[in-house]
Amino acid sequence: MKFRGGIHPQYNKITADLSVEALPLMEKYVVPVAQHLGAPGKLLVAKGDEVFKGQPLTEAAGFVSVPVHAPTSGKIKAIKNLPHPIGIPMQAIEITPDEQDTLWDEIKPVGNWRELDPATMKSAIQNAGVVGMGGATFPTHVKLSPPEDKPIDYLILNGAECEPYLTADHRVMLEQPADVLEGVGLMMRILGVKKAVVGIENNKPDACKALQDNCPEDLDIDFVMLETKYPQGSEKHLIYALTGRAVPPGKLPMEVGCVVQNVGTAVACLEAVRDGMPMISRVATVTGSGINRPTNINFRVGTLLSDILAFCDGVNPETGKVIFGGPMMGIGQFDMSVPAIKGTSGILCLQNDEIAQFEGGPCIRCGNCVETCPMGLVPSILGLLSERFEFTEMGDNHIADCIECGSCAYVCPSHRPLVQLFKRGKVEWRVIQEKQNG
Amino acid sequence: MLAPTALLTGMGLVSGLGLAVAAKFFAVEVDPRQEQIADILPGANCGGCGLAGCSDFASAVVAGSISPADCPVADDETAQLIAEIMGVTVEAKDPQVAIVLCQGNIDIAAKKYRYNGLASCASASLLGGGDKGCGQGCLGLADCQRVCGFDAVEMTAEGIAKIIPERCTACGQCITACPKDIIKLIPANSEIHVLCSSHEKGAAAKKNCGTFCLGCKKCEKFYGEIPQIKIDSFLALVDYNNPPTNPEVAEVCPADAIVYLPKDKQTGRYV
Amino acid sequence: MDDKSTITPRDLIVSASPHIHSGQDVRSIMRHVVYALIPALLIGFWVFGLSAVKVLVLAVVGCLAVEWGCNKLLNRESSLLDFSAIVTGVLLAMNLPSGSPWWLVLVGAIVAIGLGKAIYGGLGYNPFNPALVARVFLLISFPVQMTTWSIPGVDAETGATPLGAVKEAVSLGKTVMDVDLATTKDLLIGTVGGSFGEVSALALLLGGLWLLYKGIIKWQIPIAFIATTLFITGIAWLIDPAHYVSPVFHLFSGGLMIGAWFMATDMVTTPVTQKGMLFFGIGCGVLTAVIRLWGGYPEGVSFAILLMNATTPLIDRYTKPKVFGEA
Repeated sequence: MKFRGGIHPQYNKITADLSVEALPLMEKYVVPVAQHLGAPGKLLVAKGDEVFKGQPLTEAAGFVSVPVHAPTSGKIKAIKNLPHPIGIPMQAIEITPDEQDTLWDEIKPVGNWRELDPATMKSAIQNAGVVGMGGATFPTHVKLSPPEDKPIDYLILNGAECEPYLTADHRVMLEQPADVLEGVGLMMRILGVKKAVVGIENNKPDACKALQDNCPEDLDIDFVMLETKYPQGSEKHLIYALTGRAVPPGKLPMEVGCVVQNVGTAVACLEAVRDGMPMISRVATVTGSGINRPTNINFRVGTLLSDILAFCDGVNPETGKVIFGGPMMGIGQFDMSVPAIKGTSGILCLQNDEIAQFEGGPCIRCGNCVETCPMGLVPSILGLLSERFEFTEMGDNHIADCIECGSCAYVCPSHRPLVQLFKRGKVEWRVIQEKQNG
Repeated sequence: MLAPTALLTGMGLVSGLGLAVAAKFFAVEVDPRQEQIADILPGANCGGCGLAGCSDFASAVVAGSISPADCPVADDETAQLIAEIMGVTVEAKDPQVAIVLCQGNIDIAAKKYRYNGLASCASASLLGGGDKGCGQGCLGLADCQRVCGFDAVEMTAEGIAKIIPERCTACGQCITACPKDIIKLIPANSEIHVLCSSHEKGAAAKKNCGTFCLGCKKCEKFYGEIPQIKIDSFLALVDYNNPPTNPEVAEVCPADAIVYLPKDKQTGRYV
Repeated sequence: MDDKSTITPRDLIVSASPHIHSGQDVRSIMRHVVYALIPALLIGFWVFGLSAVKVLVLAVVGCLAVEWGCNKLLNRESSLLDFSAIVTGVLLAMNLPSGSPWWLVLVGAIVAIGLGKAIYGGLGYNPFNPALVARVFLLISFPVQMTTWSIPGVDAETGATPLGAVKEAVSLGKTVMDVDLATTKDLLIGTVGGSFGEVSALALLLGGLWLLYKGIIKWQIPIAFIATTLFITGIAWLIDPAHYVSPVFHLFSGGLMIGAWFMATDMVTTPVTQKGMLFFGIGCGVLTAVIRLWGGYPEGVSFAILLMNATTPLIDRYTKPKVFGEA
């Protein structure tokens, strides 16, 4: 099934054929306490403590919460507010490595997922700090715990990677196909579903073939090639494309019997159960015309942006923007000492001449945004309402359903900062709703 | 000729009668005091009282749900008049004005990045708190000016907001609009201010701005026993309940954060 | 390690997402509209000669001057470079008789930009197509000058438009067969009387198709507009061919081509949804056919589009797309 709207930007997947390179040990790591959606964990360590690689630094503060772990062995130099990729300084743990890279001795395999019971595996996944690696960083064990009254028919594996430039998921599927599928099997067992569907955009036939060739015989997994169109990897649109089921506004995928997981998350879940290994590293793409050596990297969570850029031979002088994530939904960075974290799927360096310039001209009502909005909203009107501070009206026009994919702003001939207008509107609409509900 | 004339006259009559009847039947009884109060209110419909406008305020006063003194714009005289209409007494209130506690203009305040987007402080501050290096600096995108119903906010050529005290009615709209929370209401007659809101330590503050409070306590010591300016986590705060009077304190401040803005006692204007 | 990256953080741009753009902007849209009008303009010059060039230059310069003046007067930023005033000027010129006196063109420019656009707040806020506002204003205020059509090839001679000739004959009790109808070939090429830009159906069609190919206009409005006009005039013709001309004649004569491809597709004054555009086109077609067949004026395209412009907010309200996942 095709979803309505969407765009076809230049994909620029320049790193698609480059193998993942592991980063060497750096001189400093900064591990923010909050790297996921939900409550930040509670600190388990103090300044001056010696920690080992993989040792938890925090513990989950509730169900929708996960711990963070030490990326290497060393000494805790400081615990204070430090730059965070979201732009505001947040509490973080600074570690000076002892260069021994000693593994914490309590890390040991949990067992074979084909024999373990779901509850054990879920707690292993939570303790390993696994979050959705597509960028939203929602704790994975929560997504794997749908309420009893919501039966799940499908586990959907998101291999779309619809963001231009990014090739991290692509490389994971090519280089670790067996791990990805074992991870899928593990999650199927937790959810108790018989069937999984893997959705891959048709610009990655090699990834699809690698997975098909490595599919274990005891798993019922379909592999579907999807149209290459942004935002194919949005949860709701992926489900619709694969199953024809449309998640109602304001609802979660489990409403239509689906759970969506990213390919990187599948591997992280497998490692958490098979090896007992927490999520202390991930694969990301360092790319764009601004970086001197675009490549796919495997970095330890907490590696500084400046270290990563230096590993890729630095940026060239024309670079005007450094983005965490992809070009459509990523977050612009302005501090070279921010750490790359669990949700960092890419680091994109764009040159000045290819950066979208927002001029805020008047809306000429061309209707391009209405045509491209995959959620069926009318961005032109929402934008005007936000400009006039009519936030209640924005709510009535379904601003809460906007997924901030940026398709509207991408095609707007007036270069209106539509996503920014919507972000503002969402904040204000939430305030209005809270007031209404007391 | 006759038919159309008769028809139009008839239509006019019927509509007129209809209006008269409607006015009679659907008339809403209004407490006469409500109109009296509405008449003497400033009539700016600024929303500073938290209600939708002046007539809402008047009906709330009549209903007893709000005090006659709660119109932030009305002066003491008006408040007393309203109280008289209602047959109650209210305490005299001191006039207040708003002030922007930042002087980090583009010449002296460092930026942390080049901002590209909406000319709105609230929207800009969604992106890492805005482009000012100082987390408590005026972003200069005029959200306060846009909400001010009294034309009392001036955006200086150097890119920060400045309140014109003789126009300010202390309605508080700018305070709500400012995402940086650096606009405060102060007694209108106070003349010495700390124009900085940064709680950063001295070195960090210095990196971001040319005028900053580093929390050196020189001003606190200047006043001796009962300091009229106190330091609270690296920021000097004027005690407006006991406002400082000796302007020489401005000379003491090593970073020009304390300013003396003398006012004409009669007009309230800065001299 | 830092020496490798030559980056100064405070020189980095930070904005909300997305960070890339399709590259299409208002200026390029407007420029493409002007390009698309070039074939029809050339035919106009060829058919009507130097006087048409004079009207065009006057209209474009007039519109730019009025735009500049309004910006100065209203303290707005200069909008001359967005090309929209040029498009309005070109369209205005093409909707005037080639022999229009200079003052008529300038009054048109003032009405188009001043009353049609600037007073509403400039580009993007005007409810009516500025060029059409001017045309209708002139048509009502100066009917003589606005219907003095030069006859191609015959210098200093004036006559009626093909549609006007039909309407006049029928109103005098004659039948269509009595009229010396313009041939389809003349209509296609443009060697007939009319406003200087509307005469060549073929050149306009070419321009319209190019805009469609470039993705600047969407098919809904022109196709629905033309199809509806054909349908209604076709039924009338089938019922009473003695008093109604054939739909093909309607298709290629008058302002239907320029209206359907260039005026009714003006983004600012038409619906934003594709369903809405379809309704808009159908409405334009119905009104055009009704005015042409039974109205007092021989031509109804301008009135039809302006009337439908007024319904645009209403159409937008009732054709909102369905929110994803909504039942």
